[in-house]
Amino acid sequence: MKSVKILGPGCPKCKRMEALVREYAAKTGLELDIEKVEDMERIMQYDILRTPALVVDGEVKLSGVVPTENQLKEAIG
Amino acid sequence: MFDWLQYLADQLVYRLLGLDAESHLGQALNFFFYDVVKVLILLLGISLLMGVVHLFFPIGRIRDFLRRRKLYGAEFLMASLLGAVTPFCSCSSVPLFVGFVRGGIPLGITLSFLITSPLVNEVALALFLSSFGWKVTLIYGGSGVIVGTLGGMVLSRFRLEGWLEPWVQQLKIQPPGEADTPSEPLADRLRGVWAEALAVVKKVWLYVVIGIGIGAAMHGYVPDDFFAQYLSADRWWTVPLAVVLAVPLYANAAAIVPVIQVFVQKGMALGTALAFMMSTVGLSTPEGILLKKVMSLRLILLYFGVVAFMIILLGFFFNWLL
Repeated sequence: MKSVKILGPGCPKCKRMEALVREYAAKTGLELDIEKVEDMERIMQYDILRTPALVVDGEVKLSGVVPTENQLKEAIG
Repeated sequence: MFDWLQYLADQLVYRLLGLDAESHLGQALNFFFYDVVKVLILLLGISLLMGVVHLFFPIGRIRDFLRRRKLYGAEFLMASLLGAVTPFCSCSSVPLFVGFVRGGIPLGITLSFLITSPLVNEVALALFLSSFGWKVTLIYGGSGVIVGTLGGMVLSRFRLEGWLEPWVQQLKIQPPGEADTPSEPLADRLRGVWAEALAVVKKVWLYVVIGIGIGAAMHGYVPDDFFAQYLSADRWWTVPLAVVLAVPLYANAAAIVPVIQVFVQKGMALGTALAFMMSTVGLSTPEGILLKKVMSLRLILLYFGVVAFMIILLGFFFNWLL
């Protein structure tokens, strides 16, 4: 099972990204371990400059965007 | 450039609604319709422009640029200029700050970027352009860059590193990486720019409508020169007062410029107006709260204090000059 983390302190864009990831998981039927990380210290363990960011299996895939379905497909699989 | 829009506004208000062009209500409605549409068009245009700039200078590349070049003192100006052309989102200010510091960029230069980024943003520029024309907009943008440059320089004179929260100090400096490099095809990225620009317009249109509504109402009903008695340039204390009053107003920045425009038309000094606007967007309470996660209270107060001081000086300068 892939681990997917959404990094974001709670801005509207971050919530949007979380909703889109959950929609994507439901649509594709992929079993994902989805976690929303809001704690700034934990967020900054990753090398990102803009939130929201999407981390898949420990690797930063997207940052600073509200993802399109294509981007999610490429990032998550 | 917007003659066609004035024509539409005239047709709508005076012909279609049948209001008298000499009446207060007719003039106020005409001004309202014309201004709302104009601001929204400018806002979309500037957001698109900034989005395209950001496409070619993504934030990761800016960071690499700032840490690789030795600019012999010009790095503060450079950071401030880059902050001006980067679209700003207040919830990204902390990751940006930490990311810059971790990238090995000195704190003062990081702060130059952080000061200018919200100060010169797409919403403020669009509203200034619509309300005051391109000259005042240039003065505003230039002033923002100066405040950021000087603010960062002054702040770098203090030993700030010890004033960061301990967990930030413990972060190791990382070698230049490939962070933030987009991989999608250009068409997808342009579509993203369009979506972002639309999102900006969607987020602020209601504030614009409210602000212009208030402005239009005042436009027709407040007597000319009304503010000249209280807010003219010879009252020096109006500048610091404007800066302090503006701090809690952040969320409504889009609504403030159209109101300020009427204040200026009716006699408020332009330097005071500029100081007020800069303080609204540059010294925001929500940003202060976010920054608390990485900076000690002392550093935040110093940061706000230095920026406020710079803004006040600029306000005095423009009141004296204009």
